[in-house]
Amino acid sequence: MRLPSWLAQHLAALRALLVFTVLLGLLYPLALVAVGRLPGLDGRAAGSLVSADGRTVGSRLIGQSFTDADGNPVPRYFQSRPSAAGDGYDPTATAASNLGPESVVDTIATDPEESTPSLLTQVCARSKAVGALDGVDGGRPFCTPDGVGAVLAVFRADGLTGPVTRAVSVNQTAPATPFLASYQGVPVELAEPGRDYVAEGGIVTPIRGDAPAEPAVPADAVTASGSGLDPHISPAYAELQVDRVARERGADPDAVRRLVAAHTTGRALGFMGEPGVNVLELNLALDREFPAR
Amino acid sequence: MTMTTAGAAFVLSLVAALVAVYRPFGDHIYRVVAGTRQSRVERGIYRLVGVNPAAEQTWGVYARSVLAFSAVSLLFLYLFQRVQDRLWLSLGFDPVVPHGAWNTAVSFVTNTNWQSYSGESTMGHLVQMAGLAVQNFVSAAVGIAVAVALLRGFARHRTEQLGNFWVDLTRITVRILLPVAVLGALALMIGGVVQNLSAGTDVSTLTGGSQTITGGPVASQEVIKELGTNGGGFYNVNSAHPFENPTAWTNWIEIFLILLIPFSLPRVFGRMVGQNRQGYAIAAVMAILALTSVTLTNVFESTGHGTVPQAVGAALEGKEVRFDVSNSATFAAATTLTSTGAVNSFHDSYTALGGMMPLVNMMLGEVAPGGVGAGLYGLLVLAVVTVFVAGLMVGRTPEYLGKKIGAREIKFAAIYFLITPTLVLIGTAAAFATGNNATALNVGPHGLSEVLYAFTSASNNNGSAFGGITVNTTWWDTALGLCMLLGRFLPIIFVLALAGSLARQQPTPASEGTLPTHRPLFVGMVVGVTVILVALTFLPALALGPLAEGL
Repeated sequence: MRLPSWLAQHLAALRALLVFTVLLGLLYPLALVAVGRLPGLDGRAAGSLVSADGRTVGSRLIGQSFTDADGNPVPRYFQSRPSAAGDGYDPTATAASNLGPESVVDTIATDPEESTPSLLTQVCARSKAVGALDGVDGGRPFCTPDGVGAVLAVFRADGLTGPVTRAVSVNQTAPATPFLASYQGVPVELAEPGRDYVAEGGIVTPIRGDAPAEPAVPADAVTASGSGLDPHISPAYAELQVDRVARERGADPDAVRRLVAAHTTGRALGFMGEPGVNVLELNLALDREFPAR
Repeated sequence: MTMTTAGAAFVLSLVAALVAVYRPFGDHIYRVVAGTRQSRVERGIYRLVGVNPAAEQTWGVYARSVLAFSAVSLLFLYLFQRVQDRLWLSLGFDPVVPHGAWNTAVSFVTNTNWQSYSGESTMGHLVQMAGLAVQNFVSAAVGIAVAVALLRGFARHRTEQLGNFWVDLTRITVRILLPVAVLGALALMIGGVVQNLSAGTDVSTLTGGSQTITGGPVASQEVIKELGTNGGGFYNVNSAHPFENPTAWTNWIEIFLILLIPFSLPRVFGRMVGQNRQGYAIAAVMAILALTSVTLTNVFESTGHGTVPQAVGAALEGKEVRFDVSNSATFAAATTLTSTGAVNSFHDSYTALGGMMPLVNMMLGEVAPGGVGAGLYGLLVLAVVTVFVAGLMVGRTPEYLGKKIGAREIKFAAIYFLITPTLVLIGTAAAFATGNNATALNVGPHGLSEVLYAFTSASNNNGSAFGGITVNTTWWDTALGLCMLLGRFLPIIFVLALAGSLARQQPTPASEGTLPTHRPLFVGMVVGVTVILVALTFLPALALGPLAEGL
């Protein structure tokens, strides 16, 4: 019996799919798994795990948080970048923040649990915290001294034009002090929780302020990475942390600096990527060479 | 070396590598698709599938074979995900919910690899390697096969025969994709990409916290994800994940793999029509558009306009230290210029104009150089439109490579071009009309960009995400699934119809009035037609989204 051609075609399709599933879906990946067991490749194929004192403490490719149970930085360790993966550096929930370049207005609800900070406020808060931890000025452009985004909702007499009638610092609530006393002659108010000043007609106006364009706290220290698992920090951020880590461990800062250099990867072939310091490997080396007192 | 020079050297080294492989690799693909000697493995596959490798197909049969194979794949992948909890290596995950399974099945079968799920918390290893990764191979092979059928339409005369889909599928998979994938996977494994079947290793971190180091057959899937311009990551964060893309040089390799086949296919075109210079002209069009886009993306991102990038001092949110701004921008351009959609950084956090470039790249219709196969047939359709426009200007019957572009051919080309813009704009409008744009993280112009990006990505079979929008709802999964399906197979049907119509023709000898299609003039015209068609179609939407935000 001859099958109708449409049926014959779908049967051929099904057989083809099964053949390719066996070849490409089983033989090919499993052969590579087997190759990954060969000496020399096995460590890498298994996830580049590293251990200290005989116990596995992580992977040299996956960043981790060096914080205590309450989430505060442990000062004797170099700190990683901020992370948007789960509660931070969670490989089972990798993520980026996905917040845009103009995410500058916080949602301040009456219930603090439901408030969400804008990306700008996150950046400002991180900068302030890193500045405090490492003893430098945490100020940045578009940030208030109390570490939120310096953004006004400006109300004008005729909507988009006309004299300013009202100015609200949208990311600051009582008991803060407005980062500007007045804007174009109008006193700046604090925001009230639960209000949406943009919906009320305020024009979002970020205020740059007079912070230097290149702040003391480096860019990677205040931004979350794409993966949320970035194992590296920039050499600049490592340098910023050297004095604190050396002090905590009673070590010579220059000796710590040498360790940082030893764990800095330069550009591949001189032109690919940017230099980075592997934080986990650096901290492991510190624990070996300068055990905490 | 400054960051700018290093970034430029990175781009130039990729260009040099692609130029170096253009002839040898293009010639290899040509021999694979033009050859008639079958290896033992191939003969075995034909016997198992039950096809006669010597029997050729008309365009209609070829198209029905493509559709039958894709339909069976879709159903298989859907069921696979629905029963994954009962299979080996499921890691204890539940079956994928129906709308998610539909969306993912469509996504991988159409070479889109849009992901509405998070890999590490949804898919077991078996579904990843025997379901998703298999489609990474064969959906890429389908794209190349359709392009080759179109080339046969140009090269052949007075015939109904366009080749045999099953033979093309098999030979492209076995002789091109698989060998390069094996080599590429080994390189990535040396770089640190994992390849194991581990369900994860629980560790206690230095400060006493806990962390699960995930495992999986990642290298084998990562390599074909790039080579086949698929883009579906093993993990949620795709090629930003250190286990998918651990170093700056694996990043280079991944971008190279993304561009390898799309930029080599014009060589196959030149060889098939017997004039290598025709291939150079098409490659030149692709290169001009691609280099412009890569440069602009780099400039916009490193300039770092916008409030948050200014506050930070660099557009570093959503980017990895090892890639930094420039290599991230180059990856973003490469992945959206081809229909890959893998990401090594998150486009939603790009500067407004830098984030617009991936969108514009996709709106170009994925032709510079486009996805494997799909880019070449897309660009050849634009070349047909260009020949037609030029013919109208001088009042002659347009012809391309000795084939008359008559009413029938130009109708196919015009319909082909209109499909994706229609899907993108209707889809975006539908999202706002039904209130489903509310799942976007941002409001205002950025919110529009997020919705527009999602539909552009799905309809063009790119699959990259702007992120910042929740798409695992029934409405989004269904709507984007339909866009991916129609955006893939309607164009394929019209391309094959065009191929059939061209193959039937008798060649017209070139005369004084024939427009030479290998000269810079023609290259410039194709670039112009491409850009103008895109600008006319999408400028209003762009003006309301990224342009409103960035200016």
